[in-house]
Amino acid sequence: MSTTVRVPSQLRELTSGAAEVAVSGATVREALVDLDAHHPGFNERLFDGDGKLRRFVNVFVGDEDLRFLDGLDTQLAEGTTISIVPAIAGG
Amino acid sequence: MANVTLLRCRECGREFEPVAAHVCDFCFGPLEVTYDYDAVAARVSRESIAAGPASLWRYRDLLPVDDVSPVDLGAGWTPLVKADRLGAHLGLENLWIKNDTVNPTGSFKDRVVSVALTKARQLGFKVAACASTGNLANAVAAHAARAGMDSVVLIPSSLERAKITMTSVYGGTVVAVEGTYDDVNRLCAELASELPSWAFVNVNVRAYYSEGSKTLAFETAEQLGWQVPDHVVVPIASGSQLTKIKKGFTELERVGLVDDASGLRISGAQALGCSPVAAAFAANADEVLPVKPHTIAKSLAIGNPADGYYALRAIRETGGGCAAVSDAQVLEGIKLLARTEGIFAETAGGVTIASLAQLVEDGTIRPEERVVAMVTGHGLKTVEALDGAVQTPIGIAPTIDAFRDALGDRDDVAATRTGAPR
Repeated sequence: MSTTVRVPSQLRELTSGAAEVAVSGATVREALVDLDAHHPGFNERLFDGDGKLRRFVNVFVGDEDLRFLDGLDTQLAEGTTISIVPAIAGG
Repeated sequence: MANVTLLRCRECGREFEPVAAHVCDFCFGPLEVTYDYDAVAARVSRESIAAGPASLWRYRDLLPVDDVSPVDLGAGWTPLVKADRLGAHLGLENLWIKNDTVNPTGSFKDRVVSVALTKARQLGFKVAACASTGNLANAVAAHAARAGMDSVVLIPSSLERAKITMTSVYGGTVVAVEGTYDDVNRLCAELASELPSWAFVNVNVRAYYSEGSKTLAFETAEQLGWQVPDHVVVPIASGSQLTKIKKGFTELERVGLVDDASGLRISGAQALGCSPVAAAFAANADEVLPVKPHTIAKSLAIGNPADGYYALRAIRETGGGCAAVSDAQVLEGIKLLARTEGIFAETAGGVTIASLAQLVEDGTIRPEERVVAMVTGHGLKTVEALDGAVQTPIGIAPTIDAFRDALGDRDDVAATRTGAPR
């Protein structure tokens, strides 16, 4: 299952500057594991010590926030885009 | 003079140079402007502030800009109105309304934008952009025009008509996005990565922008004779305003302008149709879960509030409460404020007043407390919300008889008909 991950500018040092990278995995969790395998460093930036997404990291699957879906267990369809977005914006 | 020392992550404490950055590169935590408070304390006094302009720029020593000419339309220094008639209605002995409807574009957003664009211009930006529920759009378009900057504002397509016209008139670009504010906000957060040469006031300039809300606290204290009120009621959209009002009062104590800010309690106001912070407060939860908004209070319709977590913490730390009111209560709140105090607020103001009533009723706010309610946007922005909710004019022919027939049930009109000399 191939998925595109959109990477915010703050994390592009981990992807040699790329704004999008391809990963594989059936769920968001698997996709993010694969992301860290190919671009080491994502894990500690995205997750806290308990393995939960950090408080101010938002992850979207297509247009929807993970928290409205099945969280990290959300299934991925072929060609889906995952976006990592800093939560602190707006208002 | 350089007020700002650096930007510090509220989560992990990492420090950054004061540039256009809003989140920690490491953990995405919000960056907070830090000041050299000892230097500020040595420089400012109640007298030096009183000698300053009748705008928020009288507090520039506690704002994140250097010694540059501000982008200024006169935002701030709005009236603090002693609201005795509304107070009597609600059972409060000492109530004030901070009437921020009278800002240049009709909302408190003029405060944050004046600060944000002053900083953006100083950092060399030529384009001002934002995600907005309307009030920010108005303020960004107007201040960008004033500064000679281009503006591009992104709004949800369902916005009130007045807010769209009040943005377009200033000549910038208005982009209506299909979706909710949260969709617009997410788009802007991603665009900010792609367009680093644009100043998104509530994204990459947000650390400076949000500091403008502190001036609500500064003015309130100064207008009360440099006293801190017992209780403030603040509407919650992203939660930034509430968080920064707390910071503002704390800073006044830190630099010696007020004696003691420790007794202040802060309560939040949300519309029931978008109340993620109130829900977390009621559930005694630490996490603010996002919601899909459905309320007439569109300026507060942020389902995924960036500073929700900190607003919740500020409410709990100060011993306040958090109300959630229905759309019907919002309309009642607008009308109550208008007929008791002569102030016409937008729907967000209705949320504040209805929440104030709820917090008095449930005992969170005590009758003798000195209470300040933040009314942050003008009613003309959301007139359609009142369609069918206010009385329609009485139609008559242009004759005295028709007038008397129509209003004859009023004692003063009836008296002139029967006995008063012609």
